[in-house]
Amino acid sequence: MAKRSSGLSWLAVLGGASFVLVALSVAMIFLYAPADATQGDVQRLFYLHLPAAWLAYVSFFIIFVSSIAFLLRGTPFWNRLARSAAELGFIFTTLVLLTGSIWGRPIWGTWWTWDARLTTTLILWFIYLGYFLLRAYITDPERGARYAAVLGIVGFVDIPIIHMSVRWWRTLHPQPIVVRSEGPNMPTEMLVTMLVTLVAFIVLYLFLLIVKYRIETVRDAVLELRAETAN
Amino acid sequence: MWGQLLAILYRDLLSEWRAREVVIGMLVMALLTLLVFNFAFDLTGAQRAASGSGAFWVAVVFATLLGLGRMTARERQDGAWEGLVLAPVERSVIYVAKLLSMVLFVAIVDLVALVVLAALFDLPVFRPGVLVVLALGTVGLCALGTLFSVMTAQAKAREVLLPALLFPLAIPVVIGGVRAMMLELSGAGAEAAPWKSLLGGFAVLFAALSVLTFGVVVEE
Repeated sequence: MAKRSSGLSWLAVLGGASFVLVALSVAMIFLYAPADATQGDVQRLFYLHLPAAWLAYVSFFIIFVSSIAFLLRGTPFWNRLARSAAELGFIFTTLVLLTGSIWGRPIWGTWWTWDARLTTTLILWFIYLGYFLLRAYITDPERGARYAAVLGIVGFVDIPIIHMSVRWWRTLHPQPIVVRSEGPNMPTEMLVTMLVTLVAFIVLYLFLLIVKYRIETVRDAVLELRAETAN
Repeated sequence: MWGQLLAILYRDLLSEWRAREVVIGMLVMALLTLLVFNFAFDLTGAQRAASGSGAFWVAVVFATLLGLGRMTARERQDGAWEGLVLAPVERSVIYVAKLLSMVLFVAIVDLVALVVLAALFDLPVFRPGVLVVLALGTVGLCALGTLFSVMTAQAKAREVLLPALLFPLAIPVVIGGVRAMMLELSGAGAEAAPWKSLLGGFAVLFAALSVLTFGVVVEE
């Protein structure tokens, strides 16, 4: 609690940076990046879609690591970090599904298709949902933290298997165009816009993660005080 | 350790033999699901190997969910679970015993549902390959199901929570089970080999992971 004043200003700088970067990336997406030759303006959704997709999966990785650390150490830090990452991961997964769906309508001619990556991301969304339900329905917070950690580990291990099973089942998603061994296949303006948006999303993500972590800390403190006064 | 395992298994099977509520309930659920599927989809046409496999696995998953719910409900009666946890037994032994009794119950449902599937939809189900697919899929489904049923046993709204956890994570079993069974039924059993290894790998991986984490789950 003593660190509050200095921490807050540091956080304000991070928040300001993410605001400026997001504003810059929005400007670049609409003004700097050229329209796609075949897809037209709809392609601009891709700049949001890709960073959101990466962060959706990065969040689950953070949950996985925090869950293991929580089970080994039992410190509230890891539990709060997992909780914070889960909420952000859920938001970014939703964003991926929405932007992908809006893009798919004019390009693929359908809002939804049972392609491997789409299906895996949808299942990821449902796993996040189950994670929140587990946290919400188990009233004892200590027990809820342990169970959520188990689900965080089991769920993360399951995702590659889900992806593999769905891929064998069917696939239609465009092949990777940014991360490829022979280098990205897009004009420089598009690539720069992509990178700026990615950096903006990462800074925004860090900012939101820290804010969310603080909220979780305060919530834990409130629960503790409530338990103390009840005794 | 084997003695303890058998003792817990005997306890579960004996109480089921006396009450006869879990397996009967699961069977009714599975058969009704197959019946309803018959009205929902055409299970008599040329595509019936595919639709029959799908109907079969949906019936098995529903019956498993119901059975897991009944099993935990029984453990809550008269402090049965507390008694079990207080016994000087490794947590992992409790998990394996619970898993085995659940696998046994689901296997009974598998076999009865298979006979009904053969009779109603005229499918050549009694092939060794089909039984292998069933065995692997059932163990995988029960491995995660047993872990989650203990995790959700103390929660409010556990009837909502258990399917919400089990369904998304068990999707590889559903896809693999349906595909492998369809290939076996349509006489292309050789192509089912990758699916069988997926089902087998899933079962081994999540049974092992559950054994490792079960001690954390029942830490009182």
